[in-house]
Amino acid sequence: MNADKTPSNLTTRKLTLAYDGACVISELNLAIPAGQITVLVGANGCGKSTLLRGLARLLKPHSGTVYLDGKSIFKLSTKEVAKHLGILPQGPVAPEGLTVRELVAQGRYPHQGWLQQWSPEDERLTNQALITTDMIDLANRPLENLSGGQRQRAWIAMALAQDTQILLLDEPTTFLDLAHQIEVLDLLYDLNQSQGRTIIMVLHDLNQACRYADYLVAIAAGRIVASGKPDEVMTEEMIRQLFMLECRIVKDPVAGTPMCIPVGRKKSQLKQVETQR
Amino acid sequence: MKPWVVIRPRDTISFRLDRRVPPILLILALLTFAAMLMNVGYGEYTIPPLDVLKTLGGIETDQGYSLVVNTLRLPRVLVALLVGMGLATSGAILQGLTRNPLADPGIIGVTAGASLAAVTLIVLFPAIALFTLPFAAFGGALVVTVLIYWLAWNQGSSPMRLILIGIGITSIATALTTVLVTFGEINNVSQALIWLTGSVYGRSWHHVWSLLPWLAVFLPLAFVLCRDLNALNLGDDVAQGLGSHVEQKRTLLLLISVALAAASVATAGSIGFVGLIAPHLARQLVGPTHEGLLPTAALTGGMIVVSADLLAKMLFAPIELPCGIVTAIIGAPYFLYLLYQNRNQ
Repeated sequence: MNADKTPSNLTTRKLTLAYDGACVISELNLAIPAGQITVLVGANGCGKSTLLRGLARLLKPHSGTVYLDGKSIFKLSTKEVAKHLGILPQGPVAPEGLTVRELVAQGRYPHQGWLQQWSPEDERLTNQALITTDMIDLANRPLENLSGGQRQRAWIAMALAQDTQILLLDEPTTFLDLAHQIEVLDLLYDLNQSQGRTIIMVLHDLNQACRYADYLVAIAAGRIVASGKPDEVMTEEMIRQLFMLECRIVKDPVAGTPMCIPVGRKKSQLKQVETQR
Repeated sequence: MKPWVVIRPRDTISFRLDRRVPPILLILALLTFAAMLMNVGYGEYTIPPLDVLKTLGGIETDQGYSLVVNTLRLPRVLVALLVGMGLATSGAILQGLTRNPLADPGIIGVTAGASLAAVTLIVLFPAIALFTLPFAAFGGALVVTVLIYWLAWNQGSSPMRLILIGIGITSIATALTTVLVTFGEINNVSQALIWLTGSVYGRSWHHVWSLLPWLAVFLPLAFVLCRDLNALNLGDDVAQGLGSHVEQKRTLLLLISVALAAASVATAGSIGFVGLIAPHLARQLVGPTHEGLLPTAALTGGMIVVSADLLAKMLFAPIELPCGIVTAIIGAPYFLYLLYQNRNQ
């Protein structure tokens, strides 16, 4: 698979993204570390999903551009880009009756042509993606008959079959219960570790972000307010700035990464119980 | 068991089909052929299927059926087959594009636009030759589709807006058609009315030859774009992420769909619900992947119209119903059933 390929570099220079003229991301410079897991965090509407769409060329920039290995992503053919960079949008929906195997096979699109629609390589990588995501036993089932976690794994398998060095995912854990969230994040971690894929994702849960990220990017109002290792980025001051929320940072007892405990108004329930006695 | 049939004649050429597709296409082809034989055989005087086959094969039978079979009945059945194929493929493409199993050339304005143009021609310019009808219908369908597309455009084309605006424009076009029918000259109007119901009655070889080129061009073109249609069926973001030129391919596919529906409507009027039911049945048979779905839907559509025409001839014989009435009687409840099934989505 992709492990031997030289890692692709994704950078932005003065990237400005806008919806209907309203600026969402302004003059943003960002270099995604190759071969690592980058997680974008920030409050609702801060522009993190928009940035992800911009990085994946789904949104044309207002000004500035995204560079893939030094070349503007909008000057390369979209099919060429799709061989280096795959995107899984938030909450994708498959047509009724589509089987897992059919879905995963469609990940091969950028590698195919009018006459070359199913090479042995297509077949091999589709099977491999099904095995990697542990979906091979469910391959002939229609997607609507699967659980949320299995369905998300099927979509990740499709992105894997695309065989790209860079993988972008927009909130891959939304709508999943906690066990399935960890299952999906572990899968992505394994892909990064064993195949050296660059993973860029938007996550809502700060503690999961800190645990899985090599590189954390904190975004507020369309600008990067901090970026670096989770240890450096996750401070009480930073959370206040990002979410306007008072919190304490403690050490994750399992991973040793920073963990954010919000303060909130309802606190010290234990004390209340004790005083009532 | 392998889920796919893979064809790799050379290193650089390869194709893949769902395992279910070849046997199902074969069965559908046989059924369609049988329905065509029965349709040709049935009429004011009945011809046994074997004699129909002999006559078609150029073997003279004692009774000399050649005139009835080859000149009167065969073109009508061929028109029914082609119209069904065109409408069904058009519907299958639209359903894939809009990601809506209820989309149909009749619903998003294609049929209404084609009807308006054709009725205008029949009522106001009755002297104009037959072969111009498909072009006028195509023009009308195209104008209406472009109008819908343009009105629905907002930084890209959303499938939902496309359908809602389509329904609105359809009402307007239908209203204009009604105006023409109300105020037109009576002889021309009655012609237009028969045409509007959708019928293959009295269709001749001229009709076959003016319809066939449209299908010969646009059906293969649709097949070439199958993989893009598959990608679009996963949503715009996924399709774009896979490297498909979303807007360009969608426009092209929409044009193909319009052309197929318009040519069919121009030849046989608006035979309703075929573009809705045929793709739906085909999806049950071979799944939603378009390499298999398009040919299966096309054959299913052809079979539906040929059978509907046969039923229309038999039900109240010797009086013939327009086959559009039969497809509507079967299609409307089916549409309601689909609506009921989709109510939670």
